[in-house]
Amino acid sequence: MRIIKFLLQKEFKQIFRNKSILAMVIVMPVVQLLILPLAADYEVKNINLVVVDADHSPYSQRLLSKITASGYFKLTGFEQSFKEAFTFIENDKADLVLEIPAGFERALVREGSQKLHITVNAINGVKANLGGNYLVSIIREFNNDIRIRIMPLGRFNAQPVLETVSANWFNPFLNYRLYMVPGILAILVTMIGGFLTALNIVKEKEVGTIEQINVTPIKKHHFILGKLIPFWILGNVVFSIGLLVSWLIYGIVPLGNIFLLFGFVAIYLLAVLGLGLLVSTFCDTQQQAMFIMFFFMMIFILLGGLFTSVDSMPQWAQVIVGFNPVSYLISVMRMIILKGSEAQNIIRPLCITACFAIVLNSLAVLNYKKTS
Amino acid sequence: MQPVIVSQLKKTYGKEKSVAVNNISFSVNRGELFGLIGPDGAGKTSVFRMLTTLLIPDGGSATVEGFDIVKDYSAIRNTVGYMPGKFSLYPDLTIQENIHFFATIFNTSIEENYYLIKDIYVQLERFKNRRAGKLSGGMKQKLALCCALIHKPTVLFLDEPTTGVDPVSRKEFWEMLRRLKESNITIVVSTPYMDEASLCDRIALIQNGSLLSIDAPQQITAAYPDILFAIRAGSMPLLLRSLGKYPKIKSAYAFGEYAHASFNDAAIQSEEIHHYLKGEGFNDIAVKKTEPTIEDCFIHLLKN
Repeated sequence: MRIIKFLLQKEFKQIFRNKSILAMVIVMPVVQLLILPLAADYEVKNINLVVVDADHSPYSQRLLSKITASGYFKLTGFEQSFKEAFTFIENDKADLVLEIPAGFERALVREGSQKLHITVNAINGVKANLGGNYLVSIIREFNNDIRIRIMPLGRFNAQPVLETVSANWFNPFLNYRLYMVPGILAILVTMIGGFLTALNIVKEKEVGTIEQINVTPIKKHHFILGKLIPFWILGNVVFSIGLLVSWLIYGIVPLGNIFLLFGFVAIYLLAVLGLGLLVSTFCDTQQQAMFIMFFFMMIFILLGGLFTSVDSMPQWAQVIVGFNPVSYLISVMRMIILKGSEAQNIIRPLCITACFAIVLNSLAVLNYKKTS
Repeated sequence: MQPVIVSQLKKTYGKEKSVAVNNISFSVNRGELFGLIGPDGAGKTSVFRMLTTLLIPDGGSATVEGFDIVKDYSAIRNTVGYMPGKFSLYPDLTIQENIHFFATIFNTSIEENYYLIKDIYVQLERFKNRRAGKLSGGMKQKLALCCALIHKPTVLFLDEPTTGVDPVSRKEFWEMLRRLKESNITIVVSTPYMDEASLCDRIALIQNGSLLSIDAPQQITAAYPDILFAIRAGSMPLLLRSLGKYPKIKSAYAFGEYAHASFNDAAIQSEEIHHYLKGEGFNDIAVKKTEPTIEDCFIHLLKN
């Protein structure tokens, strides 16, 4: 105990002297949480639309104003012919071309049907797909409007129409930030915990101080605890700062028990620190450690369910995700923060994370040698 | 009981089993200043790392203070002080914090063993709040010695403590070691500098992982079998070439501004060599008998 106290004293002295680590711990969560959730937005806005209106009727005007009023579309061109409009797509200035044929209103009123032509620029698949869908749904709504107008009241129910109305639970306005912020916070905690531990121990190897430590009576577990505890605390500090930032800026207050959240993060940090420790036992230079940690981080982040939903991944990828501690933290964070989940709901991820912590740390301790 | 006993110690590295230390045996007496002298790559550091329990030997055995270096490694770590060849203290901690840290992890305090490091520490005291990474090479070595001493070890292992240190600091450092010896601490030191060998009580000459000779430096130089001449005459390469052609020559090599040469004829006189060199067309010739140094002995032992 005494020795651990001295090791911690030394470690904290070093951390507080290392200005870049301190800056990382404070600046990283603030800046990343400020920028990323605002920038990495899944909602597709600013879809560039070129309209070819050959009808110039009140109906076509009404359709266009409905489209522009939706807020998703930016009218970048208003052309006379499809050929002219298509040059916009060719120059990548437009994502969609909507062609309203001549006699649109007349045919609609007299014959009861009319066709519109939508051309989609599929280079940016997501934008094209979503943009096309938005446009189609706006047109469908427009269609319903005019049906009410045109159809005589008595005949209204002649054609049965199935309308679906969905309610979004836990995130009623589909606020994208509510979904992203906990995920980004999870990544931040992982990065700080994993990288700092791995680099710190390898630095001792690189500078040679570990040599001097190894000839002292310091026990293996003393040394490892002396390394884990400071970064465990640092990880919790980063997490608290992150929660504070997401409350102050995004107004996100965890629905669930905040102590449950901290409890999970406490165990999760042990797992991440264990990984950092394990990596450090294999590496001799900070460069090696950095690269290996990056390798894991990339996989953890991309397969963590932050950007792409785990459920839509292929089966084999889901198996890999099962070994990704970050995915458990992200899902638990979302569960507790957005859904207000209780302890019994997170028992499974909690147990798995605890297993990670035990396995990774045991491997690290086994692999850390004081003698070569 | 001798504090350090090494017998048939062996260490190989890598898959190809390149031998770093080849069946070395020696022992160090209590309170002795023992030098392991040899060029870079001779195996000095490997021996030190095995004796300080950082490296497991591939063969043979050794004891430090009666403790086996493999079985009783934890006991050894409590009793020895080790100063690695590379500066390995915390560069972001100050002088005082480094010493304090190493004192506390050995469960002692600076005050308790201050008398041991006093002579050295007073030289550092002005800088005690300076970070270790910002010290000069000589200062770093003094600090490292303080940290290795602060837990009052009975055996001190110093791996090339003077490498990369200026001549004045080197001299000071050796004086400190002399004084430490008076506290009855056994000191094992390695160095590639042959001129430092004469400052040790006993030395072991090591080359390619094998010991060439173990004795007091005076004994080793006294055992030099030939009469050694120091010769100076104009350009060194030409001089060495001419000496090489001389029929009675045994060996000739550059030694500072002189060439050191020994001859097969034990009765050979300076005049004879002088005469020969004159005949070879040299001017300004100086030939004198000289006492062999450790370096001469080392070269002699290497040749045989």
